[in-house]
Amino acid sequence: MPDATGLELIAHDLRDADGESVLGTVFLHGRATVIAEPSRVHGLLERLKDRGYSFLASLHGCDYYPEEPRLGVLYELLDMHEVDRISVKARVHLDAPHIASVVDLWPGANHPEREVYDMFGVVFDGHPDLRRILMPEDYEGYPQRRDFPIGGEPVLFTHNEENSYGKWQ
Amino acid sequence: MSATSDYRRQEESITLSSESAGQGETHELLTLNIGPHHPATHGVLRLLVTLEGEIVRDIKPIIGYVHTGIEKTCEDKAYWKVIPCVERMDYLSYYFNAMAFCGAVETLLGIEVPPRAQYLRVIHLELNRIMSHLVWLGTSALDLGAMSMFWYCFRERETILDLFEMSSGQRMHTRYFQVGGVMEDIPVGFAEKLAAFTKNMPTRADQYAALLEQNEIVLQRLRNVCPLDEQTLLSLGVTGPLLRAAGNPWDLRKAEPYSSYDHFEFKIPVGTVGDNYDRFRVRHAELYESTKIIDQALQGLPEGPHITTDRKVALPPRHELATSMEALIHHFKLVTEGFRVPAGEAYYPIESPRGELGCFVRADGSAKPARVHMRDPSFVNLQATAPMCKDAYIADLIATLAMLDPILGGIDR
Repeated sequence: MPDATGLELIAHDLRDADGESVLGTVFLHGRATVIAEPSRVHGLLERLKDRGYSFLASLHGCDYYPEEPRLGVLYELLDMHEVDRISVKARVHLDAPHIASVVDLWPGANHPEREVYDMFGVVFDGHPDLRRILMPEDYEGYPQRRDFPIGGEPVLFTHNEENSYGKWQ
Repeated sequence: MSATSDYRRQEESITLSSESAGQGETHELLTLNIGPHHPATHGVLRLLVTLEGEIVRDIKPIIGYVHTGIEKTCEDKAYWKVIPCVERMDYLSYYFNAMAFCGAVETLLGIEVPPRAQYLRVIHLELNRIMSHLVWLGTSALDLGAMSMFWYCFRERETILDLFEMSSGQRMHTRYFQVGGVMEDIPVGFAEKLAAFTKNMPTRADQYAALLEQNEIVLQRLRNVCPLDEQTLLSLGVTGPLLRAAGNPWDLRKAEPYSSYDHFEFKIPVGTVGDNYDRFRVRHAELYESTKIIDQALQGLPEGPHITTDRKVALPPRHELATSMEALIHHFKLVTEGFRVPAGEAYYPIESPRGELGCFVRADGSAKPARVHMRDPSFVNLQATAPMCKDAYIADLIATLAMLDPILGGIDR
């Protein structure tokens, strides 16, 4: 992890390249996070990749309900030579959950982006094959959102077999 | 050279380029569905394979058949009740799942894990690594047609599960790791039994090698089959033995030591070309290295508490409840509500038997996590199947899938 000063230096360089790409920085529990403007996150990640953070360790979603913008996409970047990690967070609004795909930078982002789309409904523009990955293809709703109830999925038992959609016709 | 090499050389003269695919009566693409219930897919994995004769032209993995929403369930549980949930993700490396989660929560809480607990964790993590590799070795050999390896591997696995039962009372999904340390100190007799195991294990690993490495069929099935270079693996996010087989010695135990891994001397096995044989050899060599770590951890096991003395996080010892009102209050609060974690986010990566296992935890200040996400190595590594197996034989696809070691419980969560 870069220390707090290191993070500010990185953010400064990123702002120099694109003034509107960085919304802020957070340094908490030894974790350095760059808060990115979602429409410009692709360029920001590309610059970080050129800087040495060339390995995308993880990409995951997070719902910040009830705060707005609600849906967060987090990129955990890793510099394997300096053994340094930095996290990039971009938050999108629920009514326009669009963010640029990074599959062109890291082909390995394919499955994780599909998972975030599946679970949170964030649409990754430019993704080659954006389909549901863990949930069934005809599933409606985004189960990892905080306002999606636990136990909202009816389980097929003998007593509710007749009126279940899973009933064999 | 061997018969297979000759056969492959003859095959080279036959052009099977994809341009000619799908045209005429002699060239037809066949789409074959493998799985989801198929022993060679190591779980409930479905593969849509496009074949041209025997050659694999494209693979689409379809997953989600064992998706049980564990991450969602975790959001409804107090932190200490999340541990049994996350253990059930990657069901062969339950100690690793628990370690990643506990590590993330400990980072958020800012508590120190006592040295004895760290060493006990290392012992169990490495035992789990051996156990996971043994299951992989046995089932992979089974895929290649070697029946007896399976029984030998599961014999040693039984010994490890007996040890787990001894220390925690459970053979699988032990819930041994707690936030701040481990559940209990190791019982009397555990150290002796563990020492006997580590003494035995290298000999057993030698025997596995003698059985497999001198076997012409195994060698022909693995050598120079489905290699993938380091740069492609890195761009796909692949970590663990698969990346090390391609020659990159990336291991989080060395690179970012956690839980006192920097106290132990061990080597990182690496391959050279990154074919199936290297993948096999790297994991096999890790059996020896893990045994070495266990030996050192057992010999250097420090004295002291096995869990943090912070009563806000860890349960007080049972005997204190009868005499101390404060202990009783802490016990009551911990069992009913659980402990609260200050708001924040943490990502805690560790080296699981399959690669980087990272747990992301977002705390909102309450006693339940607002988000738990596991970056499961199998989920990411599965993307490497298509580039590895493209233009290989369908029989090699099965061997490669075995060497990839995907655990569907971890992929689907």
